[in-house]
Amino acid sequence: MAVGKLTFTKAEREKLAEVLWLLNWISVLTGAILISLGVFLKVEIQKWQEVMSDQGILYVPNTLITTGLAACCINFLGGKICLDCADTNKFLRWKLVMMPYVICTFFFTSCVLAGALMCYSIRSQLEESIFLGLRNTMRFYKDTDTPGRCYLKKTLDLLQIQFECCGNTGYRDWFHVQWISNRYLDMTSSIVVDRLRSNVEGRYLMDGVPFSCCSTLSPRPCIQQQISNSSAHFNYNQQSQQLNLWRRGCRQALMDHYTGIMQSIGLTVLLIWLFELLVLTGVRYLQTAMENVIRLGDPDSESDGWILENSLAETARSNFNIIKNLGKCYQIDDDPNINVPTASAEQEVPSRGVHIPVTS
Amino acid sequence: MALMLVKFDLKKRVKLAQTVWFMYWFAVMAGVLVFSMGLFFKIELRKRSELMDNNESHFLPNLLIFMGLIACGINAFGGKVCYDSLDPSKFAKWKPMLKNFLVFCVVFNALLFVTALLCFVMRIPLQFTLAEGLRSGMKFYKDTDTPGRCYMKRTLDQMQMEFRCCGNDNYRDWFEIQWVSNRYLDFSAKEVKDRIGSNVDGQYLMDGVPFSCCNPSSPRPCIQFQMTNNTAHYSYDHYTEELNVWNRGCREALLSYYGGLMNTIGALVLLVTMLEIGVTIGLQYVDSSLSTLVNPDDPESESEGWILEKTVKETFTDIMDKMKAMGKGSKVEEGEAAVATVS
Repeated sequence: MAVGKLTFTKAEREKLAEVLWLLNWISVLTGAILISLGVFLKVEIQKWQEVMSDQGILYVPNTLITTGLAACCINFLGGKICLDCADTNKFLRWKLVMMPYVICTFFFTSCVLAGALMCYSIRSQLEESIFLGLRNTMRFYKDTDTPGRCYLKKTLDLLQIQFECCGNTGYRDWFHVQWISNRYLDMTSSIVVDRLRSNVEGRYLMDGVPFSCCSTLSPRPCIQQQISNSSAHFNYNQQSQQLNLWRRGCRQALMDHYTGIMQSIGLTVLLIWLFELLVLTGVRYLQTAMENVIRLGDPDSESDGWILENSLAETARSNFNIIKNLGKCYQIDDDPNINVPTASAEQEVPSRGVHIPVTS
Repeated sequence: MALMLVKFDLKKRVKLAQTVWFMYWFAVMAGVLVFSMGLFFKIELRKRSELMDNNESHFLPNLLIFMGLIACGINAFGGKVCYDSLDPSKFAKWKPMLKNFLVFCVVFNALLFVTALLCFVMRIPLQFTLAEGLRSGMKFYKDTDTPGRCYMKRTLDQMQMEFRCCGNDNYRDWFEIQWVSNRYLDFSAKEVKDRIGSNVDGQYLMDGVPFSCCNPSSPRPCIQFQMTNNTAHYSYDHYTEELNVWNRGCREALLSYYGGLMNTIGALVLLVTMLEIGVTIGLQYVDSSLSTLVNPDDPESESEGWILEKTVKETFTDIMDKMKAMGKGSKVEEGEAAVATVS
């Protein structure tokens, strides 16, 4: 019992071939869109790569780019094939390629689906990466003289200014990090020495934040030092404290930014996947219809097209048997084509006379 | 002796009409481009109109928008005429107005050229507007409680961070104005009273800048206050410290941004002008080649095409004579009317 059986007349086959040619060309365009989405995502991730600890996230845009390239090539070939399929003679050229082409398209379509699902599933890995990356960047903020870390201050400042955020979870993260380098601390001053002695690791901690945490919405000039001490500043009321610095943490800000991008990309890739599935179904119908026409012998007759020749269970069983038998290459038993010499073969078998009736 | 005479047969005429029609479609897109550039420039000016004292002139972007719209209209019409020129019956209905249309096109091209020149020239008034606007903008930095000026602090901060600049000419401009509001000054403190007493206007001046002047590329945390006092900070010399705050003035930064924008727009409008001149010449050739058919009833006959029917000098004297005749014609009418009234 075939799956999805449809009957096609000659005119319908030709129409199907034309429509599929057009759809394949549109698919080349969607392949180009896929490539550009991958490139865009890659550029966006690489912009803030320094504040992420794990570089493995780049496999998502790389998958999208490779799948896009594959889409362009496969659909370009498919367009050529479908154009030739309208005519039975030209189809014979492509007959042997058709089945592998359909299988390749099927695999590539599942890659597109995998790419779309990856965009949604990578969220937790991204969050972990950003959390660790930001923590390290804040620790190395002061190391502007260490090669390899000298640009972290600039990157973090620009991040906090652009995304309007402060610290990892909030501005208090800066209170636990020494963000002023020892080069700029006067070690002879008693204040500095007291602070350094006040904690176990000998770090210069203070309740102050870098200038990039300052909020532009604040009505008063930014208060960066002695933030938790309300008596240190004149008229430092609750509202001043609320508006003074950015309240959002940079981890949350970056997550929102990337989640937004990836959700849009994921949705677009899902739509592209549905379109590719449609094209794949059309090509499969065209392939089976053309093969049946050739089998029937008459190029003008009607023919059947289907998705699977037998039901799903039977096809699965036969494919499984093929795979099983691939491993049995060198085993001789039960293959009827191999001549196994037995003892009785040595006896002569008398030839039987052929009785030809004589017609009179 | 016509200017740039070219002989045409049917094939050449068809080729000409097709080419000019194609060029007209490019010209329509060029008109859309001019329109969108004018719109973009207008939006950019409006975005920062607070920094220009709400006083900036929108003449240039409005002119660009207007010219872009007219260009679209003219070019669409010209394209239609070229398309119809292949069919003698359809072309006949456009024929009478074609001469006036071409004159209008020439005038329009001249105006487009003037617009391009204006793009390069309008930089100078913009410079003065920006200088005035920034100076008063900085004065109102502290007035976040005054309606109408409460966004000035935010605008200035965002501008200084975006354009990487500080103050009007440089960061010292902030030393000359009071940018901390009195609401946040403790008037009972001795230090505050000293500072206010130290100058004639009773302003709280200090050698400090707002946080938006800070340069993220600086290797040390930003020094905003007591900038000229080397002893206030460890290992600090304000003469050699270059990376601490932005060195550029915001007037210069904004001017180079808008200047660059206007130069680009001017260059593009010049290119569009050249395209427009090209299509006008093309249309003139189409018109002249279809009016000089050797055998008017046979569309396949040969013809000639030109830019001007006579030489430049003769055309010029013709135009002058026509204008003089028009002037005399009105005088003669007046004279007759006067004679009539007298008698």
